[in-house]
Amino acid sequence: MAAVEEKVKQIIVEQLQVDEAEVTPGASFQEDLGADSLDVVELVMQFEEAFDLEIPDEDAEKIKTVKDAIEYIEKNAKGGK
Amino acid sequence: MLTLEGRVAVVFGLANKRSIAWGIAQKLHAAGAKLAIGYQNERLKAEAHSLIADLPGSEAFQCDVSSDAEIDQTFAGFKERYGKLDILVHSIGFAPPDALKNDFHLTSREDFRIAHDVSVYSLIALSRAAAPLMTDGGSIVTLTYYGSEKVVPNYNIMGVAKAGLEATVRYLAADLGRKNIRVNAISAGPIKTLAARGIGGLGDMLKAHIDRSPLHRNTEQSEVGSTAAFLASDLASGITGEVIYVDSGYNIMGF
Repeated sequence: MAAVEEKVKQIIVEQLQVDEAEVTPGASFQEDLGADSLDVVELVMQFEEAFDLEIPDEDAEKIKTVKDAIEYIEKNAKGGK
Repeated sequence: MLTLEGRVAVVFGLANKRSIAWGIAQKLHAAGAKLAIGYQNERLKAEAHSLIADLPGSEAFQCDVSSDAEIDQTFAGFKERYGKLDILVHSIGFAPPDALKNDFHLTSREDFRIAHDVSVYSLIALSRAAAPLMTDGGSIVTLTYYGSEKVVPNYNIMGVAKAGLEATVRYLAADLGRKNIRVNAISAGPIKTLAARGIGGLGDMLKAHIDRSPLHRNTEQSEVGSTAAFLASDLASGITGEVIYVDSGYNIMGF
């Protein structure tokens, strides 16, 4: 479980070019971490690739914070790396 | 053998490593072409530059194809830098998100205009700018999709724009043939790019290709790149005005 959190944070840090300390569970990609709409799409695609899962659009729309991402992936990943 | 040694190629439409433009750039580079690779705006600059650094000798440029002034400036730069061009790749398409979400009959006049301006007119504008520099003949390649011919849910106004793009390819080919410039389109199967992700139900499209295409798999970015390299090369010297499918054969199936 912690591995998912670590990987998610790493992806966010790299994609959004933010400091790891800013990537708190409640942080919103768009409101707190400076992501634009394209960044959010890229993040979702990176999560899909890293955790070998498909995130349908209707689910992707609900992933707005760091915590949302971690919870979604922990629930849906086949064998998260 | 396929070689593009000594050829100069300009590729428009790089957003990130998943871009079809990137798959094409890699293959053109491998075949020996000298490359300039374009991205739309500041937003994409850092990522484009870091990718392009992987292809030695290639240069990055910024150009928003909805601006005639930027196109003029970009091609003036090419003329100064390279003297002539041999290959133009147009891997650009856009429709406002609402138009890819709402029912098709709700498409607004403005969204229709934007989709056609960015996705179709840009090919005319770039071809017009490139043609005078293609002094030894040339090859122009654009990217289309099956949604131009058959209804693909959610593809909506992009399907109409792609139909226009394919017709544009034929008219450009007829015009530019006398300068020995060939113009073709590649109709690629769905590929999970940043732009494609904006189409609702992309996952279903990808799955349909695995289930129903003769090859029972999705199209790889590199397969589109190889076909573009072929079309750009002298091996395709007799081909112009065509739409070539790189879609695991999906388009031949009745259902």
